[in-house]
Amino acid sequence: MRMMNIALPKGRLGDKAYAVLARAGYACPAIGEDSRQLTFVSPDRSVRYFLVKPADVAIYVERGAADVGIAGKDILLEYAPDVYELLDLGMGRCRMCVAGPKGFADDHARTLRVATKFPHIAARHYSARSREIELIHLNGSIELAPIVGLSDVIVDIVETGATLRENGLDVLEEIVPISARLIANKTAFKFKREEIRTLAERTQRSLAGKPA
Amino acid sequence: MTDELRLEERVSIALRRLYRAYGYQPYRVNRFEEYELYMRNKSFLTSEQILAFCDTDGRLLALKPDVTLSVVKNTRDSDGPMKVFYSESVYRVPRAGYGFAEIMQTGVELIGRVDAYAMGEVLMLAARSLEAISGEYALDIADLSITEGVLSGEALGEGERRQLLTFISQKNLHGLTALCDSLGVSGQTRAWLAALITEYGPLRETLSRMEALGLPPACEKGLADLRAVAQLLEAFGVDRVNLDFSVVNDMNYYNGLVFSGFIDGIPGGVLSGGRYDRLMEKLGRTSEAIGFAVYLDQLERFAPESREPDVDTLLLYENDAQAAEAARAAQALIARGERVRVQRGEAPQRLRCRRVVRLGEGGGEQ
Repeated sequence: MRMMNIALPKGRLGDKAYAVLARAGYACPAIGEDSRQLTFVSPDRSVRYFLVKPADVAIYVERGAADVGIAGKDILLEYAPDVYELLDLGMGRCRMCVAGPKGFADDHARTLRVATKFPHIAARHYSARSREIELIHLNGSIELAPIVGLSDVIVDIVETGATLRENGLDVLEEIVPISARLIANKTAFKFKREEIRTLAERTQRSLAGKPA
Repeated sequence: MTDELRLEERVSIALRRLYRAYGYQPYRVNRFEEYELYMRNKSFLTSEQILAFCDTDGRLLALKPDVTLSVVKNTRDSDGPMKVFYSESVYRVPRAGYGFAEIMQTGVELIGRVDAYAMGEVLMLAARSLEAISGEYALDIADLSITEGVLSGEALGEGERRQLLTFISQKNLHGLTALCDSLGVSGQTRAWLAALITEYGPLRETLSRMEALGLPPACEKGLADLRAVAQLLEAFGVDRVNLDFSVVNDMNYYNGLVFSGFIDGIPGGVLSGGRYDRLMEKLGRTSEAIGFAVYLDQLERFAPESREPDVDTLLLYENDAQAAEAARAAQALIARGERVRVQRGEAPQRLRCRRVVRLGEGGGEQ
């Protein structure tokens, strides 16, 4: 058995995903201990975890630094990495939505201004509808854009909708449901095939609440 | 001498020798190509950006991003069967890069009748090409007509078909299942599509499992081709070939057999190819064709770092009076087969050498 490298997203989703992997037999107790450490090797040396920024997981996996990883479907849709998508973990559920001021009516006589952290998803969504848009790429606080008149609408992830409501915004359209996925590097899948297949199967059983 | 070469160069030489041994002839294409050719066949290219410029007569030309199109353009059906190989620079934007890069690409094209022997030979050459890079290789093959055959029983729109194919290429079973639900795909088709994702492994045994699925008649030709290819590969003594339907090349150009090659330690594919009768048709040819390309630029990072010193002897001299002596000493050492660097004054930083020889005040060696 060769050591498997697993990229986990830092934060709540990563913690949840790790819990599932630990139940599946890939526990690495050191992970909870030192928050400054970047890599963690399991006691039996079967897996090594790295914690990276959620948006970077796909890059680590696509470029083979990690054999497998846990990434949100939003990241996979935005960056379209050349990887295998093996499992839907069904966690970290949310929706990619178009949101805007309550009662917003799209004026088709004008170019629609769309602020987003996900320019590819937004562009694809509107080009499929042949709607001409102006893309405004922001890195955070997307909800602010329509309030201060920077954009007409936003394309963003909506979990409960509470942030939107607090800011007087509403979901106008759902683009796609999002959840966390288990992804694998294509080359690793060929050469660590049994290890990856076992990990996917055990993870699926662990998600169903069955013992590894 | 071969240890003087970088891995890419060594592999490139080994590949040329391999292709020549099977009677493939070297093929040179122009560095420039009519821009039009690529505009008309954009989706055949791996990246759509093209480095274009105006020639002196105002014609729009491009630095070629691909070799296959040029080879096909320059052949006529009346030329008869062709077996050629090339080793050329192509210019394109790498998937994970910014801006254009010059990429070394070596490849094989077989134009004429593509029968079982032809498919077997090209696949064998692909496998041996990978072997020339590393013994730890995997050649994954699929037949697009089988995937098409499975889908043929369902009334699907172009976008829906493309989405299903994307899921197959990502081995994304949950996505496929959800889409089948929403499209109302029949239970039988759904089971077949799922098998295209879950079945993966050595060609012969995986093929037997596929044959036991009772696939629709439209898949028969593809299955027969794969059986024939499996037999040929056995005859050639090639065994590291897997059946993997996640190999999905653009069906507007490719049909039938497609394949891609991987090397343990290189994160993406290093070889890609397939049968492209449909491209031939689009360019007005009636011949069939099959070929592949090896992306040698991927090997750069794969090569073990060289521990070899840069030179054998560093010969240091102090002043002009020693120049002629330095020249004679260098000549003598080189005649003995050494690599010699001559330098005035002190040793250059970071130069790795086996020994340092300093020409003394009196002219003797130290």
